[in-house]
Amino acid sequence: MKIELAQVSRWYGNVVAVNDVTMTIGPGVTGLLGPNGAGKSTLLHMMAGFLAPSNGTVTLDGTRVWKNHQVYRHIGLVPEREGVYGFLTGWQFVLSAARLHGLPDPVEAARKALATVEMEEPKDRRVETYSKGMRQRVKVAAALVHDPPVLLLDEPFNGMDPRQRLHLMDLIRTMGAAGKTILFSSHILEEVERVAQHIEVLVAGRHAASGDFREIRRLMTDRPHLFRIRSSDDRRLAAALMLDDSAGGVSLGPDGLEVRAVEFRGFARLLPRVARTEGIRLHEVSPADEDLESVFSYLINRST
Amino acid sequence: MNSVVAGITYRALLGRRRIVLLLLLPVALLGLALLLRLMGSDDQRSAMLLMQNFAIGTMLPLLGLIAGTGVIAPEIDDGTIIHLMSKPISRPVIAQTKFLVAASLLAVFAAVPTYVAAWLLVGNEDAIAPGFAVGALVAGIAYAAVFLLLGVVTRHAVTIGVVYALVWEGLVGGFVPGARKFSVQQWAQSIADQISTSPFLKADVTLGFAVPALVIVTVLAVLWAGQRLRVLSLTGDE
Repeated sequence: MKIELAQVSRWYGNVVAVNDVTMTIGPGVTGLLGPNGAGKSTLLHMMAGFLAPSNGTVTLDGTRVWKNHQVYRHIGLVPEREGVYGFLTGWQFVLSAARLHGLPDPVEAARKALATVEMEEPKDRRVETYSKGMRQRVKVAAALVHDPPVLLLDEPFNGMDPRQRLHLMDLIRTMGAAGKTILFSSHILEEVERVAQHIEVLVAGRHAASGDFREIRRLMTDRPHLFRIRSSDDRRLAAALMLDDSAGGVSLGPDGLEVRAVEFRGFARLLPRVARTEGIRLHEVSPADEDLESVFSYLINRST
Repeated sequence: MNSVVAGITYRALLGRRRIVLLLLLPVALLGLALLLRLMGSDDQRSAMLLMQNFAIGTMLPLLGLIAGTGVIAPEIDDGTIIHLMSKPISRPVIAQTKFLVAASLLAVFAAVPTYVAAWLLVGNEDAIAPGFAVGALVAGIAYAAVFLLLGVVTRHAVTIGVVYALVWEGLVGGFVPGARKFSVQQWAQSIADQISTSPFLKADVTLGFAVPALVIVTVLAVLWAGQRLRVLSLTGDE
């Protein structure tokens, strides 16, 4: 099944949370990547029918999602907020989901869903006694209980320990390979890269980039990089670097050189070569803008 | 009506400490009735005072508030309602089920104790006990609907509910004769008056006004709550 967003915007008063986003989420695993506050949750809530778009439409295979409770036959939702009744046991919680879906054999469906997330052993304990990772898995089980063709997960790996994280990643990959349409949001590139075949990048409410992880990775590496360099002779190094095209700009300060590399790979080869031929010793080479925020801000500037 | 929704709602309201909240006022009512009886004031006049001022005037609106908002507001607050709303069940059905749960709780925790308290004082004399019990039941149903709506519409349901129950029903309804017509408590008394033959009970509002008013308020509030639940927006933590 396909989720289609057509020129979707959402604003709260004067604040624009999602700005004119058009995208199609098809079968397979799609990662919705963006820093915190980028509007990922808002977008996901609109896809799940829990928020009306201020503008534009969200459809599931052509039918409108908003105010249409029938879509939940096809959608499984794992919200970021707890959303779990603490006074129920894990078993009761998942079973209640199966019953609310009106499944023919709710007991078997709940048993299967709990087995999928490896929560059979603690299933008779109350949810309030669970760790965050266990709650997360119970939520996934409840979302999977009716075997939906579409699965939406909001920051599903938050609070999970590494083993649980790997298990859920495997599970998502398997379901994606089986042809389900899966969308999950995350602010961690590595997470998205490991699971998603396709990545949509959202920055400050805008759809900043789209592609498979190689394309996104390339977009993020092939941008101008800023390096801070300290060497035995900064001035001579600056002059030598300026002779090459891959160094876009060089500035000389009291703390050393700042070099803007136009192309990452080219510059990575250039710097040691120049240093060797000029006989300059490099004391420090450090990226000045390697954090995700600056990567995102580059993407958003590029897209506007 | 959805039995799974009802089951979860009953557990949320009756589980653990919350039931204490529902029991507190009825126990106080029965305690007062018992006290009056032991002190020898088990006459129609004190029964009437206890019924009007405490059972209908205080306990019923407060229990209505606890049950009516309690069936839905905490779930909206902590986001657990998403578990019910992300299922192929129409939102009006969720609202109706929650209303029925609140109404049934008010029958058990308000109407029944009202009957027992009046019976402790005057038995079934002049049908005072059944009169107030039916009045409390019907008004409890209306309160369940109104406070359910309040719980869906605003996050300050409890505050607004307390102000409504105490200021409007208590003060304005008590002093401004015209406003009395638009008071659930007065409607409850009209019904009690209709059933009871006691000369001590004189309702201000006619039955011809009270019954349609109760029906209209209840039906409209439940329908409206269902519609509001359909467009309820849940925002993330962002």
